[in-house]
Amino acid sequence: MSGELLGVIVKLLFIVLVVAGLFLPLITWVERKQSAVMQDRIGANRADVMGLTVLGLLHPAADVLKLLTKEDVVPYGANRVLHQLAPVIALVPAIVTLAVIPFGGTYTLGDTTFSLVVADIDWGMLFVFAVGSLATYGAVMAGWASNSNWGLLGSMRASAQMISYEVTMGLSVVGIFMCFGTLKLTEMALFQDQTFRIFGFLEHVFGMAVPGFLSWATLPMWGILLQPLAFILFLTCIMAENKRPPFDAPEGESELVAGYHMEYSGMRFGLFYTAEFLEVPVIGTIVTTLFLGGWSIPWLSTGDIIGGVSGVFGQGFATGLCIVLHVLSFLLKVVFMIWLQMAIRWTLPRFRYDQVMDLCWKMILPLSIANVFVTAAVILLLERGA
Amino acid sequence: MTDALFYLFAAIAVAGALGMLLNVRNTVAGALSLVGTMVALGAIYVLLDAYLIGVLQILVYAGAILVVFLFVVMLLNLRQDEFTPERLRWTKRLAVAFGALVVVELLVLLPRALGPAAEIPADFGGYRAVGAALFTDWVLAFEVTSLLLLAAMVGAVILAKRSID
Repeated sequence: MSGELLGVIVKLLFIVLVVAGLFLPLITWVERKQSAVMQDRIGANRADVMGLTVLGLLHPAADVLKLLTKEDVVPYGANRVLHQLAPVIALVPAIVTLAVIPFGGTYTLGDTTFSLVVADIDWGMLFVFAVGSLATYGAVMAGWASNSNWGLLGSMRASAQMISYEVTMGLSVVGIFMCFGTLKLTEMALFQDQTFRIFGFLEHVFGMAVPGFLSWATLPMWGILLQPLAFILFLTCIMAENKRPPFDAPEGESELVAGYHMEYSGMRFGLFYTAEFLEVPVIGTIVTTLFLGGWSIPWLSTGDIIGGVSGVFGQGFATGLCIVLHVLSFLLKVVFMIWLQMAIRWTLPRFRYDQVMDLCWKMILPLSIANVFVTAAVILLLERGA
Repeated sequence: MTDALFYLFAAIAVAGALGMLLNVRNTVAGALSLVGTMVALGAIYVLLDAYLIGVLQILVYAGAILVVFLFVVMLLNLRQDEFTPERLRWTKRLAVAFGALVVVELLVLLPRALGPAAEIPADFGGYRAVGAALFTDWVLAFEVTSLLLLAAMVGAVILAKRSID
């Protein structure tokens, strides 16, 4: 029991250190540098310690120091308790989501079996949705509690936008659940650690043998290859949930000054930004687990690695290598997803508010439902052939 | 451990419900304290091994329905003086009547319901068990409910559209 507890603590420390300690400061830096590259500027390079700027890497530390030393203003007529609670409520869901994300597979070392996930629950994906749905309250509380009309307008936009995209976010991945046959995130990642023959459908649907020269052609069973439409829809929805541009209508500084967090200062304001920045790698981990194969390495399954290496270097070394490779593979995919989100964020201008709603209810919702039906039909067809 | 967690979440649920009552004049704060009740109820369901209903409690009630409540409350920005005294009097009478009814029901039914704890089946409360039951044994009820919801949705759209046109 104590070993189990120790394992959970180690995993928690790993998650907090990697995501909050490494990704979070780096993302604020990447955001500045990538926007600078995309806009043909030099970018953050002014924060220095004794003349050393280190590519602007000191800016995250300067930011936090600045925010921590600012006055924490509570506006006149505000609901003090809710005003101070709101930034915390905005931040917590992002961190809690990481509890069910598998950073690696399940390994056996000697006679102990362990998996690199804090809470391996059967309804993992529902947990992600449930926790994500609570994130709405941070924005709603903030705008309402600060006794400001701009804030209230921002809150109302946030609540309408987030609740709309929650519906479509859930629907858009139903096809993925049908393909994987599970809601458990570890099983989803394990499922994607296989490959499928590209021309295997000839055999399943038409009953003809796959020609020999085509039979070697395999692809990893990644969600993005099985459900490409779901990937685009889900990414759109989950980015809209995060309220970052181009979906930042709740902030909309050209219309609402700063939207729901306009009456915040100092670190409480910083917490709202921390929540948004933290969501970026969290979205990366969710999308990676659902669509990019999680920790798996394409064309190189866990069995292949352990079977190939343990003969030469022994079982323990093979397992260790496997863990390192899997975690690196996972983090690499997450970094790719962060880059993609940044690129989208700095490419598209903000949608008008009615466009945000139209996109959700008139585009994504019908496409998601169509995706569910087409997926079901294809699965039925393949099962009948098999 | 389970007992301690139950008392913790039960206390949160009761505190949230009381918070809603004490914030009658401040509708938004009342609705927010109801969120606490809903989340605590979800946790209690999980403690009872009813995982699906627990997570749906948070997803649907805390995460969706109460957000819509809040949205409507903030949109209309209801104030106390918009209720006429007569209407308030009737609301209070109705509330007392229904409250008394619930108390009587609990007093009558609860002593009978408290038997020995039932044995929990292995796949109890998971999404597989609930889904299988919903789409085989209870498929008629499920479809009728969905038809009802569809009718309500179409009705709401028509009513909203009429006031725009």
